[in-house]
Amino acid sequence: MMTDLTELTIAEASAGLKKKEFTAVELTEAYIANMDKHRNLNAYVCETPDKAIAQAKISQEKINSGQGGDLEGIPLGIKDLFCTKGIATTACSNILKGFVPPYESTVTANLLQAGANFLGKLNLDEFAMGGSNETSAFGPVINPWSKDVPLVPGGSSGGSAAAVAANMCAAATGTDTGGSIRQPAAFCGVTGIKPTYGRCSRYGIIAFASSLDQAGPIAKDVTDCAIMLKAMAGFDNKDSTSSQQPVPDFCKVLGADIKGMRIGIPKEYRVDGLNSEIASYWDKAAAMLKDKGAEIVEISLPHTKYALAVYYIIAPAEASSNLARYDGLRYGNRVDGEHLDDMYTNSRTAGFGKEVKRRIMIGTYVLSAGYYDAYYLKAQKVRRLIRDDFIKAFEKCDVILTPTAPSAAFAIGDESMQKDPITMWLNDIFTVSVSLAGLPAMSLPIGLNHDGLPLGMQIIGKSFDEENVFKAGYCLEQQAGFKRK
Amino acid sequence: MSIDANTVKKIAFLSHLKIEDDKVAATQEEFNKILQWVDQLKEVDTDNVEPLVSVNNEHLRLRQDEVTEGNQAEAVLANAPVKEYGYFVVPKVVE
Amino acid sequence: MSGMIIQGKTGDWEVICGLEIHCQILSKSKIFSGASTHYGSEVNENVSFIDAGMPGMLPTLNEECVSQAVKTGLGLNAKINNYSAFARKNYFYADLPQGYQITQFQYPIVGEGFVKIELENGETKDIGIERLHIEQDAGKSIHDISPTKSFIDLNRAGVGLMEIVTKPDFRSPEEAGAFLRKLRSIVRYLGTCDGNMDEGSMRCDVNVSVRKVGEDGFRTRNEMKNVNSVKFVMQAIEFEARRHVEVYESGGQIEQETRQFNPTTCTTKAMRKKEYAHDYRYFPEPDLPPLVLSDEYINNIKNDMVELPDAKKERFVKELGLTPYDASVICENKEVAEFFEKAASGHDAKKVANWLMGDFFAMLNEKKITLAESPISAENLGALVELVSKNVINGKTAKDVFAIMAATGEAPEKIVEEKGLKQVTDVGAIEKVVDEILANNQANVEAYKAGKTNLIGWFVGQVMKASQGKANPEVVNKLLKQKLG
Ligand SMILES: [Mg+2]
Ligand SMILES: [Zn+2]
Repeated sequence: MMTDLTELTIAEASAGLKKKEFTAVELTEAYIANMDKHRNLNAYVCETPDKAIAQAKISQEKINSGQGGDLEGIPLGIKDLFCTKGIATTACSNILKGFVPPYESTVTANLLQAGANFLGKLNLDEFAMGGSNETSAFGPVINPWSKDVPLVPGGSSGGSAAAVAANMCAAATGTDTGGSIRQPAAFCGVTGIKPTYGRCSRYGIIAFASSLDQAGPIAKDVTDCAIMLKAMAGFDNKDSTSSQQPVPDFCKVLGADIKGMRIGIPKEYRVDGLNSEIASYWDKAAAMLKDKGAEIVEISLPHTKYALAVYYIIAPAEASSNLARYDGLRYGNRVDGEHLDDMYTNSRTAGFGKEVKRRIMIGTYVLSAGYYDAYYLKAQKVRRLIRDDFIKAFEKCDVILTPTAPSAAFAIGDESMQKDPITMWLNDIFTVSVSLAGLPAMSLPIGLNHDGLPLGMQIIGKSFDEENVFKAGYCLEQQAGFKRK
Repeated sequence: MSIDANTVKKIAFLSHLKIEDDKVAATQEEFNKILQWVDQLKEVDTDNVEPLVSVNNEHLRLRQDEVTEGNQAEAVLANAPVKEYGYFVVPKVVE
Repeated sequence: MSGMIIQGKTGDWEVICGLEIHCQILSKSKIFSGASTHYGSEVNENVSFIDAGMPGMLPTLNEECVSQAVKTGLGLNAKINNYSAFARKNYFYADLPQGYQITQFQYPIVGEGFVKIELENGETKDIGIERLHIEQDAGKSIHDISPTKSFIDLNRAGVGLMEIVTKPDFRSPEEAGAFLRKLRSIVRYLGTCDGNMDEGSMRCDVNVSVRKVGEDGFRTRNEMKNVNSVKFVMQAIEFEARRHVEVYESGGQIEQETRQFNPTTCTTKAMRKKEYAHDYRYFPEPDLPPLVLSDEYINNIKNDMVELPDAKKERFVKELGLTPYDASVICENKEVAEFFEKAASGHDAKKVANWLMGDFFAMLNEKKITLAESPISAENLGALVELVSKNVINGKTAKDVFAIMAATGEAPEKIVEEKGLKQVTDVGAIEKVVDEILANNQANVEAYKAGKTNLIGWFVGQVMKASQGKANPEVVNKLLKQKLG
């Protein structure tokens, strides 16, 4: 009896395909079977098994003739924020109900080019606004680690993290604006990396906050993240913020010696009341890296405590403008009205969910006449201070180690989270400053808490230095020996 | 800073979102809580700090002046809720 | 003084006016997408997914729009900014697909400059330019097909615009008219905008206020949007200024508002005011990094600049001996100036100018054709003048030759040759004719000799008639006077 093919990492599956141990179609079918089995998790909002099989057949021919890309025959899940040509794309919002893009995002086009096939579109918080995947118009995703109570998978890439954790795809795309790849990866015990801003093209990704949004992979381990990111990243002249920096082969640094690598521990992150299990895993992680020859240095990120407030000005401001195009005129859901303005207001009021509306209105307010300087401009100034903190810190260290999130996954419908939006937003406390600074950061599972729920560690790198993140991440992964679900 | 009910209505208007009269007070309260929270930024000294617009360090690239797209009216209109004679159609615009 | 003074009941008022002109940039593709700018295509044919504001679409800046703006800025004697940046102007409108206009706000590409205008009294005046910035045009809404629906065509959406803002330097409708004609002339010379106000490729917003003569500072102004001809702009200023005076003198106040000029009635009326509608929430466009132009880039454009009307006019006066008036008439239009220069090359420039502004323009008018359609080429017009200068034909014959040229497009030399119109300068040959005429008209000869000297004209006429107009009139005169004593 063959092992369950969905247990294989991308690296393992690629090797198996090359050795003809199984076919791309068999691999894809195994994942499709698992999608059926775990449909209760609500990870997929649109399944495209037929397309996946058809693509797998083409891949198999390429493999047979010794051709094929780095992801030839690998079945992936795609966050439903990526526009996929001919496949419904909704951002999990009612306002985009029925929208079928006539174009392909650059990142998904790159993945297809590398030989991947797409099993379907994955659930997320509406327009990527949320930290628990509960704002989705398709309903919440259930964390595969849930026991008696259904837990959130984290957000906004909750569907992606849950699907990877439950082997419903070999890996998935995610996007991260303030922690949306890293936090769900941590909650679901999988690995994800948000690369440097500009690494992956934003063309064809439905915009939330343009100066922060970055695509990245969520995968079963560090190696798979390296394979995925290499395929996703690269200069794109269709995105004016896409970087021309060459994309290195991240796989090459995996397993490299970390002797002498300086690991920064920001003193300000060890806040009073930090969950003691998380604090202890943080210490353990540092010790593991030290064991392998790394040097632990204390660093200071004094403005990091303002990151959330800065983020909740800048991200909604950009979002309020980015979401102005959803007006029921050219695509998506329309609710009629007597005059044009009525139609706009009716369509938007019916189409957007509560959290999205909240953020549009906050963003509108902070940009409006008389308040711009006090909020938006101030936030941009503090954003510079936050970034400068990192630049200074990186004079003393090569990567920074922090927890990914202040807690493990919580229950769906958690009262304290629902009551006060700020409590929910605090989930991003360790991730958001990195986004504001545009830096690369990875979350990888470090161990389980007393409830048997995974906890994640975050490794932050210098701008365009994903290689050191991968190097440290791989080492920590080996040391931690975390067992995936 | 705190906002009043009229400001809530103004924001809703600018956002093109409907806010029922009986929801104005609750929204106002929620907004004030959030604004109070972001007011922590006031304690940061930002004199002589340039705003950071983008973390991107590369200058804007310029595209060659070539016609590379178009002649795809069907695709452009494919998702339109209402279209006629090749136009997008909306309820009458009142000036 | 070219200022307009309105004599009111309470004293003299002066008019204060500033203009904002939107010029469509001449380029093949749109400012932020690769769709064509072609005017008059099928509905929604020149629309990219970017222009349609589709989800995930991103702008990329067209180099041609940048260089056209720089060129125009140089033509306005303005400062070109090495650093400029794009911003979003947020508002909802049916033909604004993104829900915002990408424009420049705080950092325009062109700063302060000036334009010299010529006034009817022969004076010149410098009109200050506040700035020039580049932005995208909106699409077109058609409201008159149906009573309940509006139809949207996005072909124009995304066409590049230069918005030129003047200082409030106009003191009369005449000055504004002269400025618009001059601006149109400059952009046409540069080839940066076709300057057609009736097709909407040049659109004018007019700001008007008044103040008592001698008063400092400015009173409240009103803006009239999209006034679409030079004549209407002048009428709008006049009406609006008189309205302001009337309001003030009857004890009222002017409220800042946008008004609409009605060309049929030559009046303005307030547009329906929407509460808060003008809070545009400008903020830096996060999809486009700042535009940085090197001195080298700007200098290359500077070195490539065509000669502008002012410089050309000066040269025509200094080098070709034209009067300032003739030179400015000829230089207003680049094609006319070029035609003139070609025609004048190697010939008597003043005489060419006389022919051009006289018979030639009259011919174009009569035939209702443009310069480009003229049957008479510049070379042929010059050749005609040369034939007269060289005494090959006389002035009268030249008029006849011109008429044949206008009808057939033939070269004057050929016409003169074929029709045998060459003027006879051979004294011997003319003397033969003179002798013949005198011999045949003895009675008149006697009368002349008896003192009726005004008969000389009659004799000249007879000789010219006999020589079919070809005899050189000077020679004829000289011989007759000799022989008649
Ligand atoms: Mg303006
Ligand atoms: Zn404008």
